[in-house]
Amino acid sequence: MKTQIAFTLNNELRKMDVETNQTLADALRYLMGTKSVKCGCERGDCGSCTILFNGKSVRSCLILALEADGQEITTLEGIKKPEEEMTPLQEKLLANNSFQCGFCASGMIMSLTPLLKKNPSPSEEEIKEAIAGNLCRCTGYEPIISAVKELAKENRQQKEKSK
Amino acid sequence: MPIAHEFKYLKAKSLKNAFALMEKHPNYQVLAGGTDLICAIKEGMISPEAVIDIKGLKGLSKIKLSNGELSIGSLVSYSEIIESRTIKSYFPLLKEAAEKVASCGIRNRATMVGNICSAVPCLDAGAPLMVYEATVVVEGKDGERLIPIKEWFVGPRKTSLKAGEIVKEVRIKEPALKHGIAYDKLSRYEGEDLAQATVAVYLDEQNNYRISFGSVAPVPVRASSIENLLNGKALSAELIAQAKILVAQEISPITDIRATKEFRLHMCEVMMERSLKRAQMMLGGK
Repeated sequence: MKTQIAFTLNNELRKMDVETNQTLADALRYLMGTKSVKCGCERGDCGSCTILFNGKSVRSCLILALEADGQEITTLEGIKKPEEEMTPLQEKLLANNSFQCGFCASGMIMSLTPLLKKNPSPSEEEIKEAIAGNLCRCTGYEPIISAVKELAKENRQQKEKSK
Repeated sequence: MPIAHEFKYLKAKSLKNAFALMEKHPNYQVLAGGTDLICAIKEGMISPEAVIDIKGLKGLSKIKLSNGELSIGSLVSYSEIIESRTIKSYFPLLKEAAEKVASCGIRNRATMVGNICSAVPCLDAGAPLMVYEATVVVEGKDGERLIPIKEWFVGPRKTSLKAGEIVKEVRIKEPALKHGIAYDKLSRYEGEDLAQATVAVYLDEQNNYRISFGSVAPVPVRASSIENLLNGKALSAELIAQAKILVAQEISPITDIRATKEFRLHMCEVMMERSLKRAQMMLGGK
């Protein structure tokens, strides 16, 4: 039996008819077309389905689609400002060639985005903690972490300049 | 991947409504954070007829300290525990333990009460709550019950929660004496992993000790023989050596995919020693 829910997806009010036993990851991919949400381990270990649920990074494979009713959901498709081509984080990741196959990329970015919002210049430890639940099987994480460190450094310098 | 099992999704409007729903659908599961529940349904470990979502219930999402007693509502997530100033200042053991739970994306959703309701032997919240001598507050249609944490865990995935009851909150009395705490979790790697063993230690200025081990027995263990040995005595290298001998009597680790029982036992001795020393340093203001 399908139930209609209404929620905010990437700043737009949307409705979708979902099955009771449908996960949010599944509904976002196949009903809303936000294909940045990847289905990996399906048990919360790999982080590839990470989205923002009311601003907090969560695993959408462990949430029922029905739980999104009335809530605010952000996927990778909705993080950039309208005037940007991509966010500064994404630009840095691209410049550093941080990903190879790219399957983990959207989850990594969705885990790092709230960290950078809260703390624009996180330490290496904080960066590692934020992506501790995001698995990357290609890169060994180094190019991802160094890209974020570069951004953190630039943000720190900019803050000092504006003082 | 869709979930193969079909179930009804019911959103409880009030506690009373939740009790009525549980009575009407005896094969139910309560949904809060869902990080354990959805996984268990997906993997076919449980097949509830109805999933009762309690996230809309009022009064279950607060962390509150009043009259020297902390209460953590059943909808409070691990991230909220980490961010709470009250917990950081007065119950730091909970913060230390919460920080080591899974990953940020799980902690943003998973609740501590859900953790003790799942009651898997490797749960993270067990040892710290045992050391703080927490009380679990449950309510059913016949009223409220207060369950001491040491009576809460009955066996692997088994608690004293009865059918038709919901956990409202966990209460902890603020320790009256100046004290130090320490928590240690053994996992295969830093970051996200299930515990192979956990140790929580409390030590106060009158040399009262509380020690608990998790993930090394069917339920979290309060190490009373070690506490009896240590109580009233100032910590010394000799005393720690004696205490370490008793660890083997207190715990019953098994060998599984994550570690062997020998390794778990050895590491419990090592982690207890480290934790006792760390709690003592904290007590000394270092």
